[in-house]
Amino acid sequence: MNMEEMINKYFRPGRLPHIWCPGCGNGVVTGCVVKAIAKLDLPKDDVAVISGIGCSSRASGYLDFNTVHSAHGRAIPFATGVKLADPKLNVIVLTGDGDATAIGGNHFIHACRRNIDLTVVVYNNSIYGMTGGQYSPMTPTGSKATTAPYGMIEPDFNLTELARAAGATFVARATTFHAQMLSDLIVKGIQHKGFSLIEAVSACPISFGRQNKMGGPAEMMMWQRDHAVPIAAWDKLPEEKKEGKFPIGVLYEVEGRKEYTEAYDELIAMAQGGK
Amino acid sequence: MSRVLLLQGNQAVVEGAIAAGVKFFAGYPITPSTEVAESLAEKLPQVGGKFIQMEDEIASMGAVIGASLTGKKVMTATSGPGFSLKQELIGYACAAEIPLVIVNVQRVGPSTGQPTSPSQGDLMQARWGTHGDHWLIALTPASVPECFELTLRAYALSEKYRVPVILLMDEVIGHMREKIELPDDYSEFPQAERKQPDCKPEDFKAYATDESLVPAMPAFGSGYRWHVTGLVHDETGFPKGTPAATLAAANRQRAKIENNLDDIVQVENYRMEDAEFAVVAFGGGARTAYETVDMARKEGLKVGLVRPVTIWPFAEAQMKELAGKVKGILVHELNCGQYVHEVERAVNGKVPVSLYAKYDNEPATPAQLLEEVKKAMAAL
Amino acid sequence: MSLKIYTNRCKGCGICAAFCPKKVLAVNELEKIEAVAPENCIQCGQCELRCPDYAIFVHKEGDEK
Repeated sequence: MNMEEMINKYFRPGRLPHIWCPGCGNGVVTGCVVKAIAKLDLPKDDVAVISGIGCSSRASGYLDFNTVHSAHGRAIPFATGVKLADPKLNVIVLTGDGDATAIGGNHFIHACRRNIDLTVVVYNNSIYGMTGGQYSPMTPTGSKATTAPYGMIEPDFNLTELARAAGATFVARATTFHAQMLSDLIVKGIQHKGFSLIEAVSACPISFGRQNKMGGPAEMMMWQRDHAVPIAAWDKLPEEKKEGKFPIGVLYEVEGRKEYTEAYDELIAMAQGGK
Repeated sequence: MSRVLLLQGNQAVVEGAIAAGVKFFAGYPITPSTEVAESLAEKLPQVGGKFIQMEDEIASMGAVIGASLTGKKVMTATSGPGFSLKQELIGYACAAEIPLVIVNVQRVGPSTGQPTSPSQGDLMQARWGTHGDHWLIALTPASVPECFELTLRAYALSEKYRVPVILLMDEVIGHMREKIELPDDYSEFPQAERKQPDCKPEDFKAYATDESLVPAMPAFGSGYRWHVTGLVHDETGFPKGTPAATLAAANRQRAKIENNLDDIVQVENYRMEDAEFAVVAFGGGARTAYETVDMARKEGLKVGLVRPVTIWPFAEAQMKELAGKVKGILVHELNCGQYVHEVERAVNGKVPVSLYAKYDNEPATPAQLLEEVKKAMAAL
Repeated sequence: MSLKIYTNRCKGCGICAAFCPKKVLAVNELEKIEAVAPENCIQCGQCELRCPDYAIFVHKEGDEK
């Protein structure tokens, strides 16, 4: 299946063009999600896509699966309910950096801890785009935002490290420049039995790029190319050369840790056996 | 075969939930509702259901909405501060028309208040707690057996009308132990069923309705793929913010409830046949009122009790009718006066309406309420 | 012609033009992408891979089944 056929198959008819601004990376990330589902040939009825609120979370409405555009920060709790109630569904969460790590931060770490089989794709554009450019917990220190006119003084989350520390069992990162890698990582995340995080570094040319003089959409994509380092190379990089750069690829993966819904099925067997 | 048990109200809710076919509970520990979670943590897996203790009350609401989308009957339970936290997603469930039941065992507020003391202070919050115009149902049990019955009824209404139903308990009812007779086999209880589409999946419009105004709701994974959103949406389920779409959504969500008040609103009358004066009380407050009415009758006072079982939507017709039957009404509630304003609005000056508000952490005694009844009657 | 452009989806962001190694593409005065030198296309797929709007597809030879 070529890309055009994938778009025709997995997007709801008549819903394109999408609402995202010119050059927004959300379309690339969403395309990578669709490519991953196509590669795995998942039946559409067996996929649930749950999003929160914000620019990236509009993705669910375009996709022809069982879809929920939930509430701000709450995509993961909704998804937890869907997955636990019907574990046969492949549950994919599409969320943004503000949605997942600020208002939804508590839900995020607890879903990691439970190791529930969700595939969470965080569209990280470093800013609140829908509301016009306010800082998020993933806005890099020093960057400008409409609510940080003098520059962001707070340190930003390293989300992949946070996920790992909280108990996620598959943690990866790619960028919209590395679109092929991104869809490959989403494939691995969906295949992984347990909580998967894929951080998709994306560009918001309008609300982040302009304020921070990053250039246009193409320049922001080139920035990703020039600052992302594949993990194998990253591991060999001396500390001083890591400054300002970030690793991409599979950053952490562990097999064999009990997945939550499987653990619950064992609990049911125990509860019923004890009768 | 049946068994006679001595149960708390909270435990009777759990039995009602199992009998209703609940297969999913998400919650967070909070006094005085915690027994509901504890008991379902034990019982749900025994019937193949799932229990999860979420990281907070908001997450609990999110999880039950998600589980409801898979076709399961779902419950969450909370009190005071937790009920406040749940409000945003109660609004989501109203907007997206998700069947679910929220148990709120009211305690004294605001804030942490008095966690182990009874109150009916969430009455208005149960109706208007979330932002925006919305319509939902709240039921108020006044005994342990009624906790069981109204839990079953909550599912019947929630599934039929695709609306969140609040089981608005109070600490008196939640923690009171009473005799209850339950069958050994719950399979005799009718299982509320969610309307399913009768069209092909490709023709399915998620919020298209027939004359019932209630859209069909296929489960995720059933082959009918649809989009759920808290944004204003049209019959396709996709966001549409035009004035016409906004009006259509609000009017239908209102009409599906307000066209069916005869089915939804239940009011119990106690010794009202020849009553000249009515006490209006509900939940834990009604327990005092039954006794007060009996005491008044012994003294020759023609007093009766009108007990709203459905607390929302408001029993407008019943209260209007009451105003034509009695000479005066005393509303007794365990708060500073919330329901009384609704009663006054319905009665509209036809007969005097007075209030016995009890908000000192303790329910009224029958004697205290009788004294208030006498005062009100003397003032007629 | 191996390039397929959905003009209605294109928002003229210019990403495809910037990443095209053969300068096949340019954003026109209507802020839509246009194949200005289609004969130079080597079907590398960079435009399709990076387009955020699913507005351009490369159909390689032998791709049409």
